[in-house]
Parts: sequence; structure tokens; C-alpha cells
Amino acid sequence: MKAIVSYLKSLFLLELIKGLRVTGGYLFDRKITVQYPDEKTPMSFRFRAHHALRRYANGEERCIACKLCEATCPAMAITIEAAPREDGTRRTTRYDIDFTKCIFCGFCEESCPVDSIVETSFFEYHGEQRGDLLMTKAKLLNMGDKMEAQIAADRAKDAPYR
Amino acid sequence: MPEIRNYTLNFGPQHPAAHGVLRMVLEMDGEVIERADPHIGLLHRATEKLAETKPFNQSMPYMDRLDYVSMMCNEHAYVMAVEKLLGIEIPIRAQYIRVMFDEITRILNHLLWIGSHGLDLGAMTMFLYAFREREDLMDCYEVVSGARLHAAYYRVGGVYRDLPDSMPKYTPSKWHSKSAVDKLNEEREGSLLDFIEAFTNRYPSKVDEYETLLTENRIWRQRTVGIGVVTPERAFQLGLTGPMLRGSGIEWDLRKKQPYEVYDKMDFSIPVGVNGDCYDRYLVRIEEMRQSNRIIKQCVDWLRANPGPVTVDDHKVTPPSREKMKADMESMIHHFKLFSEGYCVPAGEVYAAIEHPKGEFGIYMVSDGANKPYRMKIRAPGFAHLSAMNEMATGHMLADVVAIIGTQDIVFGEIDR
Repeated sequence: MKAIVSYLKSLFLLELIKGLRVTGGYLFDRKITVQYPDEKTPMSFRFRAHHALRRYANGEERCIACKLCEATCPAMAITIEAAPREDGTRRTTRYDIDFTKCIFCGFCEESCPVDSIVETSFFEYHGEQRGDLLMTKAKLLNMGDKMEAQIAADRAKDAPYR
Repeated sequence: MPEIRNYTLNFGPQHPAAHGVLRMVLEMDGEVIERADPHIGLLHRATEKLAETKPFNQSMPYMDRLDYVSMMCNEHAYVMAVEKLLGIEIPIRAQYIRVMFDEITRILNHLLWIGSHGLDLGAMTMFLYAFREREDLMDCYEVVSGARLHAAYYRVGGVYRDLPDSMPKYTPSKWHSKSAVDKLNEEREGSLLDFIEAFTNRYPSKVDEYETLLTENRIWRQRTVGIGVVTPERAFQLGLTGPMLRGSGIEWDLRKKQPYEVYDKMDFSIPVGVNGDCYDRYLVRIEEMRQSNRIIKQCVDWLRANPGPVTVDDHKVTPPSREKMKADMESMIHHFKLFSEGYCVPAGEVYAAIEHPKGEFGIYMVSDGANKPYRMKIRAPGFAHLSAMNEMATGHMLADVVAIIGTQDIVFGEIDR
């Protein structure tokens, strides 16, 4: 009896029809596609992407050239050179992050004692020629100026957890 | 009459069904495999050697990149090895978070496996359905760690941050109106735990759908039943672990046999196969997804009821909170010490193994008392599985090699490391 049932099931393509019912159901279901450039998937406030160097509200750069991020970077993507500025404070003269080396682990942000280097949620960047992905201090500060509102909001949300 | 000789065929390394950069030299008699010779090393990045040059904390992000479809499980084995060396016990909440994310990772891994395995064997829809569910789980990854794949979330002494109380939401656009977006955001109104719970509630029905599409399907059965049979004895001798071993009918699971973290408090069962062919391994993995779902549910219930610390309160090992670090001199010193020099562990050697989605993933670490390991060895399950390739593929047709690569769940990040 069991053999006959399974023979009949097989003869009438029952399992294929069941499968088609599932796929057919989704054909008429609400679509879940996210139309990317126009809309984006939700992004967490912890998202780690393009780096930025931040400034204080008075326009002074935060980085004090302690080089902790350089020391802790597992990929050794950060290069810092420091010297005293005219006003006697210690500042970086060079702050490079090589994005072709960076593994986006977030350790630089975690280690920074003055919240200067951060990973923003900006992930849509590209380079067209050699050197475009070598982020210099100017580029990073510029990024920080552009994204400051978002950066500050995200950090504020994450503050209770850190 | 001319002599008919075997010819050799290069499979990969750029073959889409080779799951990465596997190059196989196949010696064929017509369309039948006489010998399969996998060539590896195309993705070698010297992770083990790199670990010898870095303080313990800094090697952790590299573990994500070993088996890049089950990231947090790799991290888990690594941090467990270091914790064993240090002899520290992590807070119970961190243990639950780790178990929950291990199981989320297991589902992530098996979803990718079923998607790509289906795609290789001609079931394209599976790929789309599997990635739909992966999207939700990767959102969980993103929300706790900030990265969708390479999380770097587990830390020696616990996990980096506690689970967040809110989920990011979709915003209206010209494609989706406010009401459509509200519907999408329904599950995202609460905390991460609410989101995960909603996922666990609907996930079993999704697995039922996968089974409707595949389990009885005649094409799927023709491609998998009786392919790549491994007897229980040979499975032992070849060093197979995980679903590869359980598919052959041996009930072996480190989560049960050597419980780590809080697995001994979890209620779940180990599925085993009977025939040891590709089809049985498929059934084992499908059932594992259901069991993982059960474990996640138990973790969510516990985590919701029991707030608490997620890292050990020892600032020689874990950094102090930002607030403390900025206000207190001693914490500042701890912070700088930890991120520059790291910490020294007692001399000795440890082996920490976890039940990775693919099998037993172990880290063997020798320390000479410095702040970096003297030697680290990664026991990758895929390596042992790949070395069984010759035995499994011999006598089968060329198209079955694709099925066998799929069933072994090969990922080259961990094999070549």
C-alpha cells in the first residue's frame, strides 16, 4: 500500500507542485527588495566604516598624537608623526590610514582616549587611482567636519554601553 | 584498437562551484573520477604566524577572517584559548550572549551552505530564500558589533558591549510609503532581544519551506542520495567532525560531550544521519538549524530576565569603561597599557575547541609567558574534510564532485588560513 501511494505521489509530481506552491506564493507576496541607491537598509549606530578625525566644538582638533591607535592597530594601517605646534601643544604632523590595509576592527576608536579617531557609518567610498585610499590627516579631518552631527549622535547613543 | 587513457582535468581555482579558491586536479576515466587531488594554499595569509607577532587582543579580528561565514565561532575558540591560559571565568551574561551568537552564527553558516549547495545542484530559489533570512541575522550582528561580517565582538574576558536596547529602522522613500515602512519596522520597535525572538518565532516555518522545496524533490534526491558515502569507521579515521561525522551516524557534538560556556544548561538534541551520504548530511544540517533556533530562544529568555556585566572586572585584561578611563588616573594607565602592550599570560599550553558549524574548530596555543603567543595552531575542520575528498569522490561522476564539495561545506579562509 505504501509503495502504491509513493508511486502515485511520484507519478503526479506531487512534491514538485508543493514546491511550486511555495515559490508561487512569494511571487504574489509583498516584495522585500530594498531599492538601494534610493533607500538603504537600517544601519546600526555602532556601524564601522570610513574613519574620521573629530574636532572640539571650538574648532580645535581632538587628536593629541598619543599614538595609541597606531600601537593597537592589528593591521598596522595607521602612521603618525608628531611635533609641537607653534603654541607649544603636541599635535600630529602626519596622520595616515591606509584603507587598503585597514581591517575595520574598530580598535583605533576603542583605544582613542580623546574620542578623536572614529569610524563613521559612511561606507560608500571608492578610489579611482593609486593613493586614493590612503587617507591623510586633511581628508580625515574633512570627513569629521562633514559627518560631525551624525558621529556625535551615534556616540551619544552608544555611550551607555561603552 | 587505440589505447584509452585517463585524462586529468583542472577543476578551479576560479570555478564558481569550488567555493572559493579550491583547485582540484581530477584524474578521470571518461566522466568518472579516478582520483581527486585538492591543491590548497591560494588563500594563505599566515594567520598563525601573524598571531605570533601581536599581543593577544590584537589577533582577535583576524579570527573572523578564517572561516568567513561563521565569524563569531572562530573568535569564540580564540578567546576561549586565551581565557584558559589566563585562568579567568567570564560573567554568566557574557556566556549566554556568546552561546546565543554562536547559534545565530550556526544558522548563518547553514543558511549560506544550503543556499550555495542548492545553487550548485540547480535549486536557485534556495539561494534567494536563504539570503533573505541571513539578512535579518546579519542585522543582529551589525547591531551588536557594528559590522555585518567581521564582527570583532567577543573579547578575552567577555564580549565588547552589552546588547543594545533599540534596533535601527527603515525610513520611508519614494519606493516605500510610510505605512509600508511601518510594517517593515514592526519587528524593529523593541530591543535586539525582541527582534531575535521575533526571528526565532518565524524561523521554523521558513525551514519548513526549505524542506518543502528540497527534501522530497526528485532532482535534489537524485543529486544527493548515495553520493559521497562515508562509513562511520572511515569518518572516524579521516578525522571528520561536525555534520560530516554526524551524517555518518555518530553522535558526537562538543556542545554535549564537552560542554563549554552554558551549553550544559541548554535543552537541545543532536541530529544524526544513517547512511552517511550527502542527503543525510543535508537532513542533519536542516535539523541543526531547528535545534539552534531552540537554543537561541532559551538564551533570549534568560538574557531578558538577567541583566548584568558582560566583561570581567579585571582591568589587566579588559579595558575600563570610557567614563572611568577619562576620570580616573589608574584606569587611564590600565587603558594605555592594555591597548599598547597588552597583557602577559602564564607560560603553558592550551587547546580550546568549540563546536563550530562545520565541525571541531580548535586553537592550540603555546605561551612562553610573553604578551603574545609563542606558537598558535588552528585546527580547521574544513582541512580534515577536504582531505577526505579523494575517498569521497572516487568512483563518482564529475557533476557529483560539486555535490561533495558542497556537502563538505568548504570555506577556504580556514583551510588555507
